[in-house]
Amino acid sequence: MYKILEKEVLSDVTKLMVVEAPQIARKARAGQFVIVLMHENGERIPLTIADYDRKAGTLTMIFQEVGKSTLEMGTMKVGDEFKTIVGPLGHPTEVENFGTIICVGGGVGIAPIYPIARELKEAGNHVISIIGARTKDLLLWEDKMRAVSDELIVTTDDGSYGRKDLVTVPLKEMMESRKIAKIWAIGPAIMMKFVSATTEPFKVPTIVSLNTIMIDGTGMCGGCRVLMDDGAKFVCVDGPEFDAHKVDWNNLLSRMTFYRGQEQAAIARWKESHKCNLDRAVAEGVK
Amino acid sequence: MAELTKKDRMKIPRQDMPVQEPDARVKNFTEVALGFTQELAQLEAQRCLQCKDASCREGCPVEVPIPDFVGAVRDGDMAKAVEIMKSKNNLPAICGRVCPQEVQCESRCILGKKGEAVAIGRIERFVGDYELAHRTCDVKKGPSTGKKVAVVGTGPAGLTCAVDMGIYGHDVTMFESLHTPGGVLVYGIPEFRLPKSVIRSEIENAACALGIEIKASHIVGRTLLIDELLKEFDAVFLGTGAGLPMFSPIPGINLNGVMSANEFLTRVNLMKGYLFPEFDTPVWVGKKVAVIGAGNVAMDSARCALRLQSLGMGNAGPDSEVHIVYRRSAEEVPARQEEVHHAKEEGVIFDFLTNPVEILGDGKGGVSAMRCVRQKLGEPDQSGRRRPIPIEGSEFDMEVDQVVFALGTNPNPIVFVNAEGLERKRQGTVVANQETGRTTLKGVWAGGDVVTGAATVISAMGAGKRAAADMNNYLKDKSAW
Ligand SMILES: Cc1cc2nc3c(=O)[nH]c(=O)nc-3n(C[C@H](O)[C@H](O)[C@H](O)COP(=O)(O)OP(=O)(O)OC[C@H]3O[C@@H](n4cnc5c(N)ncnc54)[C@H](O)[C@@H]3O)c2cc1C
Ligand SMILES: Cc1cc2nc3c(=O)[nH]c(=O)nc-3n(C[C@H](O)[C@H](O)[C@H](O)COP(=O)(O)OP(=O)(O)OC[C@H]3O[C@@H](n4cnc5c(N)ncnc54)[C@H](O)[C@@H]3O)c2cc1C
Ligand code: SF4
Ligand code: SF4
Ligand code: FES
Repeated sequence: MYKILEKEVLSDVTKLMVVEAPQIARKARAGQFVIVLMHENGERIPLTIADYDRKAGTLTMIFQEVGKSTLEMGTMKVGDEFKTIVGPLGHPTEVENFGTIICVGGGVGIAPIYPIARELKEAGNHVISIIGARTKDLLLWEDKMRAVSDELIVTTDDGSYGRKDLVTVPLKEMMESRKIAKIWAIGPAIMMKFVSATTEPFKVPTIVSLNTIMIDGTGMCGGCRVLMDDGAKFVCVDGPEFDAHKVDWNNLLSRMTFYRGQEQAAIARWKESHKCNLDRAVAEGVK
Repeated sequence: MAELTKKDRMKIPRQDMPVQEPDARVKNFTEVALGFTQELAQLEAQRCLQCKDASCREGCPVEVPIPDFVGAVRDGDMAKAVEIMKSKNNLPAICGRVCPQEVQCESRCILGKKGEAVAIGRIERFVGDYELAHRTCDVKKGPSTGKKVAVVGTGPAGLTCAVDMGIYGHDVTMFESLHTPGGVLVYGIPEFRLPKSVIRSEIENAACALGIEIKASHIVGRTLLIDELLKEFDAVFLGTGAGLPMFSPIPGINLNGVMSANEFLTRVNLMKGYLFPEFDTPVWVGKKVAVIGAGNVAMDSARCALRLQSLGMGNAGPDSEVHIVYRRSAEEVPARQEEVHHAKEEGVIFDFLTNPVEILGDGKGGVSAMRCVRQKLGEPDQSGRRRPIPIEGSEFDMEVDQVVFALGTNPNPIVFVNAEGLERKRQGTVVANQETGRTTLKGVWAGGDVVTGAATVISAMGAGKRAAADMNNYLKDKSAW
């Protein structure tokens, strides 16, 4: 169970995996996520369901290596198995024909925005997608996004590809020139915060998918809670999608740094032990 | 040993259980109470007067035949003690450790009227541990009935129901949302009070002997739904517990360092955060921790915090402190006596008649203090306990950097998707018949915390057992719905 069937390296730090999880694939919908646990000593980490195949019984996950767990996950190979994958979690995206909508995907957030854009397109919306990354190497799924969008704008922070802009610049232009019914944005929390600030003056309803720290994903720990206009909400069961204009972004950003000290120690320890393995391999003459 | 007279028996003092010394045990997560030796168990068993209409039995929610098993221990016939015990209670190694004996069986012991009650819990634990080590009384699956039963939740209610259904001869599949079975016993109650190996052994043994399939990481309500279970199984038992944490509706609860006991304990116990970075899940502890509440959950949180502090985690320093902050007085504390006693010995500070009204930030996202108000006790409320009333003008700030809420829990509604006809009460508890566990939805039984709200291990087990008996009758066509 939970075997890795395919692995693709999308960039130095971004990997895609197709895993066996028929009972989850059966129920999965756009906007939902799973929690994966690599092994007995591992950490439960939430990842969006970037795609699913009910017939084949598989899920596609795309992740960025940002810490110990995702770095270690990056070393897993085809044929390896996760100890556990649980889901599908959270509410699916509410899809209907709204008219002209915009999907904004930043960095690894392009992966989770893809199935949403696809479903919105299938529901008859005119889909404008804006995808961006820090640099060209970190951009992913441009072709797949193009296939499900009526219009596609690509940006990079450093101008190495597409427009040299943050995603919020073309987003603002769109809202100034067209009637936009609704906006979805997924990416780093800081990007979503700025998207929210950009769309608020235009009063265009904006949905974000929040990626707080989680453990169980079922409403049991409260660790994922986020402060909204109308009180605290649990991202795993009340979300992960929320009205961007109601989120207390500073509280969210602050809560995401809570374990930073320990996370950094874990990363250093992981890199050290990996270096040791490499050194040993070299010493033993393994190329 | 020669027969003792009643007088002789009454001269024997209640035997204490050997424990790890407080100074040593706050530095580790291994078990605090070390258990009776056979000699101590037999000596304690000698104290029992073998009363004819043993009142102690009435204090036990599952009516363990106390004089009989205690008598067998006294005679040194452990296998018999195990057999008697298992006729009513399949998990003595667990109940012996966690039952609030002082308000249950031991509160009714005749010896307690003048002196000290027989240490029924400690003897029971000895019997349970003996069984774990020797497995003298293995359960066997009854002749197969061909009926399929789904048990949702692997806590004490679900486990008890599953075991009995297996013994009756049904094919049992258990579903658990977490990656490890055991319910609160694994994610809530810490290793130093109930070793995980005890639970694992009980679950593996039952699963193996009775052919019970355990599907971990299957969330009913997400991965599969109740209406789907009803199509595939002849009967469904819901033992999903009360896992939803409550926070006080006061300002500041979203600051870093404020968390539910569930989060804190899950990180420590289920994810083994105390072994970070050996295990990947981090857990944080403050320099001055306030745990709000005074139940078992609060005691466990406070004692875990002490241990993490002595391991030097988080903000811990040489003058670290852990406080229990409770709005009523020492008299109303709902936790097991033994845990309160152990917590005090270990250095937990108790602030009674104190209630938080606001958590203050340090300007960097963390906690700097908790504003509290002093309370006085008024007339008794519905629960029979005197109602705490805030004393006007008594506000003060308590300097803390971590606040853990242990205020009780409600059932998690996640399971109730597509369960049309399943009635629930206002707090989210399932409406079920007390005797049979039947819910208002045909083919679905429920028991344990999901019906009663947060209660005890043994009451959950009792509910699982009663439901199993009724499910068995129903499946054998002996009773209509
Ligand atoms: C509902 C949901 C869906 C998600 N989907 C995806 C996905 O599809 N692909 C993906 O790559 N990630 C996704 N994430 C984020 C992912 O869970 C985290 O990146 C992962 O848990 C980090 O674990 P780690 O041990 O590798 O890093 P840690 O050691 O935990 O963290 C390393 C660094 O990353 C930062 N960090 C921690 N958590 C996050 C986070 N949630 N987002 C951004 N930075 C973080 C920390 O502040 C720290 O500096 C999702 C999160 C949620 C809640
Ligand atoms: C920290 C703590 C300490 C305690 N100490 C004591 C003590 O000393 N003595 C005592 O007698 N009692 C104690 N209690 C109370 C006692 O543990 C509970 O009353 C008892 O565990 C309830 O049993 P249960 O089987 O009803 O539910 P639980 O033990 O809560 O088990 C329910 C299980 O169902 C699973 N589940 C929930 N929803 C789903 C779903 N949708 N699909 C699949 N699975 C699901 C949960 O993950 C869990 O594993 C304590 C409780 C806590 C939290
Ligand atoms: S199960 Fe609990 S209440 Fe019953 S006899 Fe044993 S310790 Fe006492
Ligand atoms: S009441 Fe006390 S003395 Fe009497 S049988 Fe029960 S445990 Fe023994
Ligand atoms: S992850 Fe635990 S409540 Fe959301």
